[in-house]
Amino acid sequence: MSKQEPIIPATDAIGKLVQEFSKLPGIGPKSAQRIVFYLLRSTEDKTSTLAEALASLKQRVNLCSVCCNVTESDPCPICRNSQRDTTLVCIVEQPQDILALEHTGAYKGLYHVLHGAISPTEGIGADNIRIRELLDRFQNGTVKEVILATNTNMEGEQTAMYLSRVIAPLNIKVTRLARGLPFGTELEYADDVTLTRALEGRSEF
Amino acid sequence: MPDPREYQTEAIVIKKTKLGEADSILTFFTPHLGKIQGFARSLRKPKSKMAGHLELLTHSAVSFSKGRGNIDTIVGAQTINAFLPVRNDLWLTSCGLYVSELVHQFTAEHQAHYELFQLLQETLERLTQEDNKELALRYFEVNLLESVGYRPQLKECVTCHKQLEPTTNYFSPAGGGLVCPDCNLNQPFTYPLSLNAQKVLKLIQNEAFAAATRVKIDGELSREIDTVVNGYFKYLLEIEIRSAAWLDTLREQRMQFKS
Repeated sequence: MSKQEPIIPATDAIGKLVQEFSKLPGIGPKSAQRIVFYLLRSTEDKTSTLAEALASLKQRVNLCSVCCNVTESDPCPICRNSQRDTTLVCIVEQPQDILALEHTGAYKGLYHVLHGAISPTEGIGADNIRIRELLDRFQNGTVKEVILATNTNMEGEQTAMYLSRVIAPLNIKVTRLARGLPFGTELEYADDVTLTRALEGRSEF
Repeated sequence: MPDPREYQTEAIVIKKTKLGEADSILTFFTPHLGKIQGFARSLRKPKSKMAGHLELLTHSAVSFSKGRGNIDTIVGAQTINAFLPVRNDLWLTSCGLYVSELVHQFTAEHQAHYELFQLLQETLERLTQEDNKELALRYFEVNLLESVGYRPQLKECVTCHKQLEPTTNYFSPAGGGLVCPDCNLNQPFTYPLSLNAQKVLKLIQNEAFAAATRVKIDGELSREIDTVVNGYFKYLLEIEIRSAAWLDTLREQRMQFKS
């Protein structure tokens, strides 16, 4: 029996775009098809704006040579900002984490993006994330404190413990974001680790 | 009457894979169901009620709901033991991950293996308590091999079947045991194993953990055994144990800090 031909060949403009969209995270072939047909119905203006935005993404966005955050200018606006506290560096796993921290408006120091976390079972070690760049930043002695803001899952905790070990000999204060109960949750559902850490990290009220 | 679509089991989380925006697929090792997978919706959101109970290396009581697909959905979880001291130490966390990776690699899904569950649980427990944590790891490795059917032959030469002399013999991963110095000449890829290391291996293989703690194994001896056992793992699984490489990195670093 001969194999059935796909209705939209992957070589067609539509088929090709469907195939490309379905490679994106969280988008299956059906969603990809829906997006493509939506684009087909929309004006040429809209599609060309999208195409331009896509094309310029890789051309214009680079990593900041100081903090490894994604940026269009080097150094990035945060590293260039003279109002920020240069003695304080907050270490995060992903550029998205900076967005979350900046949204709070509560932090005025600098950042460093590791672009991942140590995950031994996935084969990601200390050399696969941007730890060397971080250690290079400490050479001039400006940094007095680092805040470990990696995730509180196993990989994030491992990365934090590893970093505290390599930074400790450099005479820089190492702190970790408080770990405990998230805002708006109920105590009865908290797990042992969270509760133990919440108790350890309790502060005067 | 309980809903037959739901079931509960004790389980240790041995692997976690991200899925979509905030979901996860977890791999558990359970006492009576063997290795199973579960789907956890919104586990990575800060307000997830189950996240802390389903972190890697946590021993929990987990409730599943049978779905239409291959993977059942996790509907509840309550920690039994979080092995807190393991979590608070970089080296111990890495040891825990190494142990769980080995269990994951050596087991197939849905094959009950109660002894191995017990071994995993006891090893994690030992990492939180015992002084001799290296011994706990070696004990785990040798007994894991035993329980998955690859017990190393340490009494006689696997090639000529003669009793081994009390001298340095060689471990042959392909032969699954020791070979005498004469047979070693015809064997590719063998590891020399000192008499002391052979004695320790035999003791670990034949005695309960409490009895094995009688021997003190120093770092060098432990590494000698580790190299041989890891060579055997690599031969059997035909892949690198990724967390073993990380343990080596940490070990090297520890030596640097000491010197």
